[in-house]
Amino acid sequence: MSKINESFESAIQEIQDGATIIVGGFGLSGIPEKSILALRDKGVKDLTIISNNCGVDDWGLGLLLANKQIKKMISSYVGENKIFEQQFLSGELEVELVPQGTLAERIRAGGAGIPGFYTATGVGTKIAEGKEHKEFDGKMYILERGITADFALVKAWKADTLGNLVYRKTARNFNPLAAMAGKVTIAEVEEIVEPGELQPDQIHTPSIFVQRLLQGNGYEKRIERKTVQVEKGDFSWT
Amino acid sequence: MDVRQKIIQRAVLEIKDGMNVNLGIGIPTLLANEIPPSINVLLQSENGLLGIGPYPTPAEVDPDLINAGKETVTAVPGAAFFDSAESFAMIRGGHIDLAILGGMEVSETGDLANWMIPGKMVKGMGGAMDLVNGAKKVVVVMEHVNKHGESKVKQICTLPLTGKNVVHCLITDLAVFEFTSSGMVLIELVDGATLEEVQEKTEASFTVSPQLLIHQ
Repeated sequence: MSKINESFESAIQEIQDGATIIVGGFGLSGIPEKSILALRDKGVKDLTIISNNCGVDDWGLGLLLANKQIKKMISSYVGENKIFEQQFLSGELEVELVPQGTLAERIRAGGAGIPGFYTATGVGTKIAEGKEHKEFDGKMYILERGITADFALVKAWKADTLGNLVYRKTARNFNPLAAMAGKVTIAEVEEIVEPGELQPDQIHTPSIFVQRLLQGNGYEKRIERKTVQVEKGDFSWT
Repeated sequence: MDVRQKIIQRAVLEIKDGMNVNLGIGIPTLLANEIPPSINVLLQSENGLLGIGPYPTPAEVDPDLINAGKETVTAVPGAAFFDSAESFAMIRGGHIDLAILGGMEVSETGDLANWMIPGKMVKGMGGAMDLVNGAKKVVVVMEHVNKHGESKVKQICTLPLTGKNVVHCLITDLAVFEFTSSGMVLIELVDGATLEEVQEKTEASFTVSPQLLIHQ
């Protein structure tokens, strides 16, 4: 059976109110922008979204926030979004902040069938409150849980028709982890090629992790902070 | 000299040839421009790049190539891209030689607070809690006092912690401190600062190194 879906509407049709969804991307880079638009159009509500960030007011996951479709966000950094702040302060939106490395490892572990792991990250902070502590070799660690989700939405650069995925540059970020942790993983890509055209050595996400595949056209790939060099070799960013 | 410039000039001396370095957002990112050409380092960006290059020219701008501050960058020859779990394996697994982060408060026991102010909108800690627990050396750069003239170098942090007992070195516009098993030690006075001034503007208890360096 082919994994290729013709429309984003059909690819996400099983996603219902109350679903838990892991979404790839860092900032606006490598986000599954077409799947997010389809979710916005479908209008499903009370979603729990696990994603490093929450888009901006008018793009990415910010579109679902603006449409009041998100009940809970699990993220490491959400500072780019005014609607987020309004909904959080009014109590409409529940938020769980997770250190970025812990979030990445929780998703990776979930996808790898590992229910929990110990980490030093967060020891002695609010993050550690209520969590099991354990000492290994004289150092304290806390227990963190793996994460899985009903669905994962990922964005890759290229796929073959079997669903093997290749990402491009820093647009990879959380996408390969999300792909592993979704019970149903929906991958959108810029180009689909025949099996054999992608070198097996270069595949980042093997096809086993992908249930549905779509090619999107006309990716916007918005840039949050476009910075260019003033002088050659200019590194500083403000 | 501008306060930030004093901090940057001293902090860049921490970056040694051959290191893999993560620079946090804020003052630390400004350090990248000051690294001397004779020193070769790889700068890590936690969104999945080891080997950050300069900003792109307008023609090179690529939405698929950004830093952790979500700004467009380039990659140096020899750079590598990877996913977020592998990125934090570098950080949490002790493979990053040096992390330089900004601070709101540092305590005399090396606690760092730099991610939230109660009552203000919480933006999130991003990768800071991972960096302070995982990097081989954690250097905090910050102004010595806040805009009201109050010491940011505290006996105990009043703000929520990013990490407990994690800071190895603190660099301010007045002084450099090291954190040792026997407490906080003043090792340098920065650019004309006097011991009396540092004592007056530091709430934390500290000892003075017998080898105290004084820069005039």
